[in-house]
Amino acid sequence: MINAVGRDIPDEILELTGKEVFHGNHYYDGYEYKNDGPKTKCVINSNGSKLVKSIREVLEKCEIKDGMTVSFHHHFRDGDYIVNMVMEEIHKMGIKDITICASSLGKAQDPIVPYIEDGTITNIQSSGVRGKIGEAISNGKLKGLAIMRSHGGRVRAIESGETHIDIAFIGAPTCDDYGNCRGIGGKSDCGVLSYAVADAMYADRVVAITDCLVPFPNFPAHISMTRVDYVVEVDAIGDPKKIATGAAKPTTDQRKLMMAEYCTKFVVNSPYFKDGFSYQTGVGGASIASTISLAKVMKEKNIRMRFGVGGLTKPMCDLLINDQVDCLLDTQDFDLAAVESVKNLKHFRISAGEYADPFNKGAIVNKLDFVILAALEVDVHFNCNVVVGSDGMITGAQGGHPDTAAGAKCSIVIAPLLQGRIPAICTDVTTVTTPGESVDVVITDYGIAINPKRKDLIKAMKDVDLPFKTIEELRDIAYSIAGEPQKVQFGDRVVGIIESRDGTIMDVVRQIKPFEFEK
Amino acid sequence: MEIKKPAVAGTLESSDCQVTVEAGEGKIDFSLDSAVINQYGNQIRKVVFETLSNLGIDSVRIAIVDKGALDCTIRARVEAAVFRSLEQTENLPWGGAIRS
Repeated sequence: MINAVGRDIPDEILELTGKEVFHGNHYYDGYEYKNDGPKTKCVINSNGSKLVKSIREVLEKCEIKDGMTVSFHHHFRDGDYIVNMVMEEIHKMGIKDITICASSLGKAQDPIVPYIEDGTITNIQSSGVRGKIGEAISNGKLKGLAIMRSHGGRVRAIESGETHIDIAFIGAPTCDDYGNCRGIGGKSDCGVLSYAVADAMYADRVVAITDCLVPFPNFPAHISMTRVDYVVEVDAIGDPKKIATGAAKPTTDQRKLMMAEYCTKFVVNSPYFKDGFSYQTGVGGASIASTISLAKVMKEKNIRMRFGVGGLTKPMCDLLINDQVDCLLDTQDFDLAAVESVKNLKHFRISAGEYADPFNKGAIVNKLDFVILAALEVDVHFNCNVVVGSDGMITGAQGGHPDTAAGAKCSIVIAPLLQGRIPAICTDVTTVTTPGESVDVVITDYGIAINPKRKDLIKAMKDVDLPFKTIEELRDIAYSIAGEPQKVQFGDRVVGIIESRDGTIMDVVRQIKPFEFEK
Repeated sequence: MEIKKPAVAGTLESSDCQVTVEAGEGKIDFSLDSAVINQYGNQIRKVVFETLSNLGIDSVRIAIVDKGALDCTIRARVEAAVFRSLEQTENLPWGGAIRS
């Protein structure tokens, strides 16, 4: 069945998942439902702690068995040890048919690929998958379907009961013996625990794993003891060097700097750039450069930001230090400056639900004026792909891309026209992850295209000196340089689905097929 | 023209390709390892065969490791490898066998 972005979703996938095809961003607006709830094992007595000696023992206490769903959060990024240490133990116990529900998976989890191959793990739900797990899924190694969800979509799936987590594992940089977790104060600080909040609220069993046990009470708690069943102390929950890196040096790549300049000029000339505006940006070189150049213009024009959202990096936190923004709302910290900034009283921690969930009573993304995003591919319908590489391999994650793009008044995607030989602007993206209706502006090094639906923005930019082009013109320039790419040849088997924020199906990902020359 | 001695042109830098030619066995023996093979494999093969045909080469073992080079780069690297193999460094047929 063809969905609202023109993708043909096979009937057998609709039957298998019980899902509908994507009908557009606001299809579920006003929908009423009852939240799923966790099984709760009450603790009334006042003796003892929640400390358990080992991962093995905690798995036994949680009564792990075949077919269960276990969850993880990805604040430790490439430095994460938690997923591997838990899955290794589950594997040793001979448990099979596990569903992993993670906020994201990456290179750090490469060691779990053998557990996919031997049937320990048969389903994966994640924002996306980088590294070897992505290759394994694209090569058809996962028995079930991989479900790729945005950060907001994941919370929706959990609180609606579509995904019920049996055991949640929360890596806690600091924790007390009663389960109060914080993202700061230890040796593996990640700043915030935003993505784990829904897990703590909706999982039947919640396990905190820490490498820095602190005296009770570890307050203010980011995850409360009232949600935590057990605490395990281990030697290390992550590699601090890979969790939060030193602040990335501002890019010196002239192409990225030019796109950043275009972006800032667009933002400044748009009707939303006024005192009290709100802003979110990603962590790509051009996005970070635009934050830096925007800060300059804000100072010159004496314009103040009301709130900044993220995925935070140093340039965003500098806005707070330099008193150019009232507050920051934080779901994840990408560098040490951002982790440090969590201690600032105007730097607020938010849950992934508060951030982006479409199935609550209103999330922060709906209040965004601007979001600056990147993409692997953008097509002439303004659909974006951030998950599947142009070669057909799963290689990225939705993150908050579809959530913020849907919510923000002005969604800007920055992409160099060519990534090597691969055109970033193309006729049809390999896989749709963010629908074109959410995307307002595409900025490339060869010109800027405004979504024709945004007549107001086109009008506002009438006298602005920027290289405006149609999206088709940008694609044609790309093809004239690189040649028109052939469509990737996939196998028939569907290995994953790209779920829309509201749980409908945006697109499917098929098994990769080795390349053969045409006869 | 006939390829006698092995020769190499190009690098493994991004957006370049490395072309190796060796004596052939009466046909064009083509192999390609490309970062963009799924999208441009057939196009690269076409460009290589056209370039060899312009140079009058019909017997060669040619191996290309491509890092996303554009057609113009691929053509230039093939031509350079062929003329290096022939040890011809002067009086190159610009505008003739070497097409613009």
